[in-house]
Amino acid sequence: MISKKTFQRLGFGYLAVCFLLVLGVLGVVLWDIVAKGHSVLRWEFLSTMPRKGMTEGGILPAIVGTVLVTVITALLAIPLGMGCAVYLNEYARDNFLTRIIRLSIRNLSGVPSIVYGLFGVILFVESLRLGTSVLSAGLTLGLMTLPWTITASEEALKSVPNSFREGSLALGASKWEAIRTNVLPYAVPGMLTGTILGLARAAGETAPILFTGAAFYLPFLPRSLSDQFMALPYHLYIMSTQHHAIAKVRPIAYGTALVLLGVVLSMNMVAIVLRYKLRKLKRE
Amino acid sequence: MRRIKERVIHGLFLLNGLIVVFVLLGIFVLLVRTAVPAFKEISLKDFLLSKTWNPTALVVEPSYGILAMLVSTFMVTIGSLLIAIPVGVGTAAFLSDVASPRVREIAKPVLEVLAGVPSVVVGFLGIVLVGPFLARIFHLPNGLNALNGSVLLAVMALPTIISLSEDALNSVPRSFGEASLALGANRWETLVNVRIPAAFSGILAACMLGMGRAIGETMTVLMATGNAPAMPTSFLHAVRTMTAAIAIELGEVAYGSAHYYALFAVGLVLFLITFGINAISDVMLHRYEKVNR
Repeated sequence: MISKKTFQRLGFGYLAVCFLLVLGVLGVVLWDIVAKGHSVLRWEFLSTMPRKGMTEGGILPAIVGTVLVTVITALLAIPLGMGCAVYLNEYARDNFLTRIIRLSIRNLSGVPSIVYGLFGVILFVESLRLGTSVLSAGLTLGLMTLPWTITASEEALKSVPNSFREGSLALGASKWEAIRTNVLPYAVPGMLTGTILGLARAAGETAPILFTGAAFYLPFLPRSLSDQFMALPYHLYIMSTQHHAIAKVRPIAYGTALVLLGVVLSMNMVAIVLRYKLRKLKRE
Repeated sequence: MRRIKERVIHGLFLLNGLIVVFVLLGIFVLLVRTAVPAFKEISLKDFLLSKTWNPTALVVEPSYGILAMLVSTFMVTIGSLLIAIPVGVGTAAFLSDVASPRVREIAKPVLEVLAGVPSVVVGFLGIVLVGPFLARIFHLPNGLNALNGSVLLAVMALPTIISLSEDALNSVPRSFGEASLALGANRWETLVNVRIPAAFSGILAACMLGMGRAIGETMTVLMATGNAPAMPTSFLHAVRTMTAAIAIELGEVAYGSAHYYALFAVGLVLFLITFGINAISDVMLHRYEKVNR
């Protein structure tokens, strides 16, 4: 018969193993990519075009493409997401319409990314005739990011004390004036922090851009928003599954994975550090 | 004048708030509209119940049965949950009941970083790490199969399952645990017999949300499961999920063909499944919040 104490020890041991396993998984992911990717990572890799059927050269167009498309994503998702959050937190009453809006946000965040891709194809590429382009892909990613931006922005608005609003209203400010002068300035840093996390996820997404603008190989940088573009995540997909000499380009694939991981995780880190600093500031 | 301005601003924010409703409705309506033409040529019964998906058949009639993809999708997903739930709930329980505040502080960014790893990178690791590993263990020519997909999706579902289960455990009223301890139960017994049952619907909702994410995941399964469109017979066979089928075929299909519309019909099925799962977990989460209040 096992004693109660041994049983507890075994149980807690199992829980600790689970946690270590999760840490281990993250460790393996980061270690493998860094260990095998860093050897190709030279300035030339980041700053030149792919050459010889993408078996040599750099990944500059993929980097530029990802940056460009993420800018479009931000331009769509940040204002709309913040506006929606302001409506929900400052104006909306607890009624049927508000519940519908909240339900929509929760459901949108569960829609698979490939379905956003299909939606982007019908709406932006075909109906609005934007073609497969930076613009179509960015707008598609922007819509996908919207629910995350809204949730994060609302959290930030919630953390502004009610006395800020009341103080302003008591001095004769209108509702909008109170929001503009006494709520938004304190909420915007928190809103942006959450938004960066959303944008990082969008920058790493592949499925929504597969058919809305990402290109297999382009020997030039996108010159306008209606051009197709290369993107880091799509380039990694191509280099690891679709290329004619997969074994030969494995180092380039690892390098691309490292750069992509670096971009996405450093955006995450910025958000995490910012949040930590904001929290500290609030406590003081 | 000031009043009118306030009204206008209020109205603009309302419109902005309504955008999400329009987007969700828009996704649904456009998917339905683009999927419907497929059923001029395909019977709904064949679409849902036939095992053969072969839209590009030249000699025989092309066939558009999604049953094999549907089974593949659920197989990979259930496999991933079998891995992710014991590990995820275990980690959540560790963080809420065993770990020191210091460890908990470290765990939060770790989970965020893990959640931040792009799906295409996870898929790449499926090809270069998990695949060769599985091939060696099971003596296979390559390790690109349903099991590989399950392992990778488990990794991707873990952050969701852990952080939401931890929230659920943390929101169990303290008095529950204290009552159990006062009656002579130790911390492990309290966790298993009192705290986890009290948080059960929250944990279940967390697992359902993890499942929803796994079903909709595209790049990892596309890269790591081998893409054989036949009905799967074991976890060591290559499979093609619904998401992978769309990703592979939409790029090559002729605009306006039956095949094109059929792929949107697959997308619609995918949308409805994830919508259903999210709705159920939403209801569970809501009920659970009410009970705890």
